Amino acid sequence: MLTQDQAADIVDRIKKLSSADEVEVLFSGGRFALTRFANNTIHQNVEDENHIVSVRSVFGGRTARSTTNKFDDDSLRRVVESSEGLAKVQHPDSDLLPMPDSREAASTGGPLIPTRYFEQTASITPQLRAAGVKKIVEVAKSHKLATAGIYSISESVEGIFNSRGLSDWHTQTLAEVSITMLGADSSGWQKANSPDVSNLDPLHMAEVAAKKTLDSADPGEIPAGKYTVILEPSAALDIVGFMFWDYSGMAILDQRSFLTGRIGNKLFGENITIWDDVAHPLQTGSPFDGEGMRRMRLPLVENGVVKRVVYARATAERMKRSEHKDKAGPIEATGHGFPLPNEMGEMPLNIVFASPQDPKTLAQMIASTERGVLVTRLWYIREVDPYEKIVTGMTRDGTFLVENGRIKQGVRNFRFNESLIHMLSNVEAMSAPLRSCGEESFDMVVPAMKIRDFNFTEVTKF
Amino acid sequence: MKQIANWALNIATMRGASYADARIVSQRSRALTTKNGKVGSASDSESVGISVRVIADGAWGFAASEDLSRSGVEATAARAVEIARASAEVKQHDIRLAPEKPVIAEWTTPYAIDPFTTSVEANIALLLKVDSELSAVAGITLAEANLNFNREEQWFLSSEGSDIHQTKYSAGAGYTAYAFAGHEIQKRSYPNSFGGHWQNKGYELIDELKLVENARRIAEEAVALHRAEQCPEGTFDIILDSSQLGLQIHESIGHPIELDRVLGMEANFAGTSFLTLDKLRTLRYGSEMVNVVADARQEHGPGLGTFAYDDEGVPAQCTPIITNGLFTGYLSSRETAHTIGENRSGGTLRAEGWNRLPMIRMTNISLLPGEKPLSLEQLIASTDHGILLQTNRSWSIDDRRYNFQFGCEIGWEIKHGKRIRMVKNPSYSGITTEFWNSLDAICSRDEWTLWGTPNCGKGQPQQVMGTGHGAAPSRFRGIKVGSAYRGM
Repeated sequence: MLTQDQAADIVDRIKKLSSADEVEVLFSGGRFALTRFANNTIHQNVEDENHIVSVRSVFGGRTARSTTNKFDDDSLRRVVESSEGLAKVQHPDSDLLPMPDSREAASTGGPLIPTRYFEQTASITPQLRAAGVKKIVEVAKSHKLATAGIYSISESVEGIFNSRGLSDWHTQTLAEVSITMLGADSSGWQKANSPDVSNLDPLHMAEVAAKKTLDSADPGEIPAGKYTVILEPSAALDIVGFMFWDYSGMAILDQRSFLTGRIGNKLFGENITIWDDVAHPLQTGSPFDGEGMRRMRLPLVENGVVKRVVYARATAERMKRSEHKDKAGPIEATGHGFPLPNEMGEMPLNIVFASPQDPKTLAQMIASTERGVLVTRLWYIREVDPYEKIVTGMTRDGTFLVENGRIKQGVRNFRFNESLIHMLSNVEAMSAPLRSCGEESFDMVVPAMKIRDFNFTEVTKF
Repeated sequence: MKQIANWALNIATMRGASYADARIVSQRSRALTTKNGKVGSASDSESVGISVRVIADGAWGFAASEDLSRSGVEATAARAVEIARASAEVKQHDIRLAPEKPVIAEWTTPYAIDPFTTSVEANIALLLKVDSELSAVAGITLAEANLNFNREEQWFLSSEGSDIHQTKYSAGAGYTAYAFAGHEIQKRSYPNSFGGHWQNKGYELIDELKLVENARRIAEEAVALHRAEQCPEGTFDIILDSSQLGLQIHESIGHPIELDRVLGMEANFAGTSFLTLDKLRTLRYGSEMVNVVADARQEHGPGLGTFAYDDEGVPAQCTPIITNGLFTGYLSSRETAHTIGENRSGGTLRAEGWNRLPMIRMTNISLLPGEKPLSLEQLIASTDHGILLQTNRSWSIDDRRYNFQFGCEIGWEIKHGKRIRMVKNPSYSGITTEFWNSLDAICSRDEWTLWGTPNCGKGQPQQVMGTGHGAAPSRFRGIKVGSAYRGM
């Protein structure tokens, strides 16, 4: 993997080639390996290593970016020339700020993060991944099921340097296991990831996925309608993730956010409190943003009231001058900007739901439900209405009817059309939040949720 | 580059691979956007690297690296073999590849204007002109426009003797006007939503799109949607414009015919398919007039699924997918062809760049146009009561590709053959085969467009691929409309 010293050397070479007023250099990349299995067989098994260097040049309020994965002299010269050539033909942007120095980058008071690089994760070999998959396959075979899934590991770097002397560097590992078990007419699923592979328990995950498959065999059909639902954490994550693009100052300025005109309002139930917290022990990611600003820990929602959105530096300055400034929450750079130039501004990426006062286990939620639906996973979620924040999608891989406090049977999968505002106003119970991952949204620390009047509109064929 | 690829093939073979291929890919892209009168982003990127795919001990291995030095390439090839041997620890059968004659070939996307030779200043000026047209309409609160150009040069060499050098160009452009008022955000996009229209062409595509000429109308429609009535809920005959129908084809035909999905290889992520092998040549997929092909050949048009050879060296082909309503074909690869009794791949394996594994991807999955002359206006005139839906706003389908729901940016209620009013927030839903069996009219060739979907996601790690979808406006009888807002 590229080291910080090697990156610093590349930056020195780029600075010598640059004629720009200011220059910023981003690094990203690393090594990624993934073993994929289906039908109880490893059918894809890949590994790649790649690093990119991305150069942003600034000339008098004009900026542009060029990227390459080659670090030889000719390639670096070409990427600098390309970046400068693109920048020079821009119109000056009065909103573009000088690049931050280290002092300004630290001014957000962003917290220190725990180490997220674990040698035991980076050193997982193809042979060890195959051995792990073999055990998962053995679980499948013991239940007369077929299994499909992945076992992946990565080690990655993110770095930023600029001509004002700012430099920051982040390394991280991530191990991930995802397992689907398939029966004749049912399926079950589990997924987990962590920087530290020792936090994963693939065998337990395989057994849980297998139990879901067996328990949902021969699914019945119940009509669409409004149900109390219990969303397991991955399902909760995948649906709530669709609102966090809107927790952005730029989204408010663009009037594309469902929070436009609503910051300070009580949009959700009293029991909903959400933080963005890069330093949370269950979170991952780098502690700095696309300009090198340290990520601030901040509350987005407190007891149902939308308190804040996040800001890149330039967005904050624009907001202070805008007609929306009195309905935009505290306005300051929070360290959540994307690399410049971009049209999206910023977003929170380290979502942590606060633990409820009286957390319930999944089993307690089921036991307290007279009639409802337990959902393992949601799928193909898309936004239907951007301001009422209605999203549609499907249940998948383990959907169960709950009656009189017990799981009664598997049921055919539903299509839902549900407003996130409505949904987060109807949360009756939550578990303790935990690190979760799905396929529709980014990883978060979220609870399982019991929600009343969840809107299923159609039933599919399986 | 050929020498570099041969370093990889030699090492893979020496280490015991029974099959090996190497792809060296050099990619270049440019992305320009504007937003509300200013440049939103301007970026160039290039990426070069090699991947080595091998079969050893009857199982697959794949390794890729940015390092094109001899030692780096040989290490990558050796790693691919090591990975394959690890794969072999968990296998049920040895990999079987359908035979394919090795070829030595060169091919380049036909294009008139290399987009990378065009002036960035002129590109930006075009986007800003569009922006000014959109923003000139009172009520528009956000205007966004984009231009994208890509060039991908690939050297493919295999241990069987193939040596294929292909260069593909693609271009895309589009814009969206948003209008926020009260408690509602409405938008209209042109020529299509989510990035506009894309084809394997040079800059000439941008000239053909008439971006500026349509901007004012699009912006006015976005504002007018605020005054429109909510689309009624119920069962209606619907007419889909060709771009929405292109996405309908993508989701409810293109994905379910991927043979890797059918065989369970995508079960953990993208899902499986209702098109189990017993349905080949037995399932009535659609009405008699439904004819769908998977056509990667140049003569089909400059779609994002057009090429000369796929990423395992198989020539581009046209596979009949639905023939007069009957399901007749899957998308296959050399590994999967035998499962449907074929002795040759359908030529659909493609990878996103040099560091990803080729997998079965849609080529150009197109609904052939109606044979009798029929314009959209004539189709509307022949519709007693229905809804015309234009330009996708949301899309969702279950993991076996039965139940779908689409939302569109704008709808028009039709009564007695005339558009009587604009309606907002239109949506429709259904079950795939029931839907395609309800098709009763397809407009003719002059209404047919080969749309590009530049962002099709599949695989783990996920890969994004461009696919093509030819479609002409079509009518479907008795479709469920409006359930997206039911209960709200």
